[in-house]
Amino acid sequence: MQDLGIQVLFEGINFERLLKGLWISLKLGLISMLFSVILGLLLGCVMAGKNRIIKFLCRVYLEIVRIMPQLVLLFLVYFGAAKHFGADISGETAAVIVFTFWGTAEMGDLVRSALISIPKHQYESGYSLGLSKLQLYVNIIMPQTFQRLLPSAVNLLTRMIKTTSLVVLIGVVEVVKVGKQIIDASRYDNPKAALWIYGTIFLLYFAVCYPISKLSSALERRLKV
Amino acid sequence: MWGSDVIMDYGFMAEYALMYVKAAELTIKISAYGIIGAFAVGLICCLIKELKIPVLYRIVQMYIELSRNTPLIIQLFFLYFGFPKMGIVLSSRSCGIIGLIFLGGSYMAEAFRTGIDSVPNVQRESAYSLGMTKRQTFLRIIIPQAVATSVPVFCANVIFLIKETSVFSAVALADLMYVTKDLIGLYYKTDEALLMLVISYLIILLPISFISSWIERRVRYAGFGNTGSV
Repeated sequence: MQDLGIQVLFEGINFERLLKGLWISLKLGLISMLFSVILGLLLGCVMAGKNRIIKFLCRVYLEIVRIMPQLVLLFLVYFGAAKHFGADISGETAAVIVFTFWGTAEMGDLVRSALISIPKHQYESGYSLGLSKLQLYVNIIMPQTFQRLLPSAVNLLTRMIKTTSLVVLIGVVEVVKVGKQIIDASRYDNPKAALWIYGTIFLLYFAVCYPISKLSSALERRLKV
Repeated sequence: MWGSDVIMDYGFMAEYALMYVKAAELTIKISAYGIIGAFAVGLICCLIKELKIPVLYRIVQMYIELSRNTPLIIQLFFLYFGFPKMGIVLSSRSCGIIGLIFLGGSYMAEAFRTGIDSVPNVQRESAYSLGMTKRQTFLRIIIPQAVATSVPVFCANVIFLIKETSVFSAVALADLMYVTKDLIGLYYKTDEALLMLVISYLIILLPISFISSWIERRVRYAGFGNTGSV
C-alpha cells in the first residue's frame, strides 16, 4: 500500500500538541469575548441613549472598526506599540487588546439594536402598572433584550474564534505554528505531513465552530416562534 | 502617549508609495475576481438549495457549513501547503482567488437565502393560484423581491470579503500587509509603513462603504425590504 502519511498525526504527542495549540487560540478568543461582552453591554446602553455627541463618537468608533481589517489593527498595536511605548507587547496581549476593541464595537451594536427593538408599549405598560424605573428594566426590558441578544452574541463568538486564527501572523505560537513545527520535523520521513496537518487543523476549527453556530441558529429559531 | 515623538519621514513615504499602489491593485484585482466568483457560486448554491435537487442539495449544505465555520487563513494554508501533496500545485494568486470564492460563496448563498425567506408565503401562493409554474413563480415573483432584500447583506459581504483579503500575505502574495511587514523589517520605518497601510485600506474601503450605505437607503426608499413585517 502506498504511504499515505496520515501516521504523522499519531506519532508521539503530535495530535495532543495540535490540540494544545488550538486551545491557545481559543483561550485568546474566549478572553477577548468576555471583555467584549462586558464592555459591549455598556457601549450598547450608551449608544441607545439620547446624547447626540456620544452617539456620533460611537458611530465613528464603530465605522473605524467595521472598515479596518482586523489584521491591520493587529499590526498597528503589535508593531506600533512596540516602537512607541518601548514596551515589548507580546503577540497574545496585542491580540486580546485588538479583539476586545473589535468585539466591543460589534457587541455594542448588537446590544443597541436589541435595546431599540423592544417596542415602546413595553415601557409604557410597565410604567402604567406602577413599576419603578429599576423594576421596569430588571423585570421587563432586560429579559427581553437578553433573549433577543443571545443568538447574535453566540454568533459573534464563532466569528471571534475564527478571527483569532490571525494571531499566527504576529508570531503567537498557536495551532498553525505547532502544525508547521510538526511538518518541519517530519520533512524527510513524511513529505505528505502538510496535507494531514493542515487538513486536521481545518477540521478542528470546524469542530469547534460548527456546534456554536448550530446553537446560535437554534436560539434564533426559538426566538421566532 | 503616541504624540510628540512621531516624526514622519515623508520622503520615505513618497519613495515607497508606489509599492503600496501596486499592492492595492493586487488586493482590488483579487477581491474583484473573488467577489464575482463568490456571487456565482452563491447563486448556484442557492438555486440548488431552493429547488431541492436531491444529491447536490446535501453537498451544498455541507459546503456551506464547512466554509462558514472555518477561518479563511486556515482554508488558505490547506490550499497552499496541503494541496500540492495531492499533486495539485496552485500559485499563491490562484490560491487567494479560490480561497476567497470558497469562503464568499457560502456567505453569498446565505445572503440570497435571507432574501428568499423574506418574501412572504402569500406571494408564492398567489402566484400558484394564478396558474404559474414553480419555475415561473421563482424567477418572476420570488427572485426580484428577494434580490432587493438581499442587497444590504450582499454589500456587507463585499466589504467583509475585501477585508478578509488582508490575510493573503500568509500565502506569500505581495499584498498591502506583506509590503508593510517588509518595510518594517527592512528599514524599521514602522510609523510610515503603518500609516500608509491604514490610508491604503481607507482609500479602498471607504468609497465602497459609502456606496453600499447609499444603495441600502435607495433600496429601503424603494419600499422593498420591509416585507419582513408582513
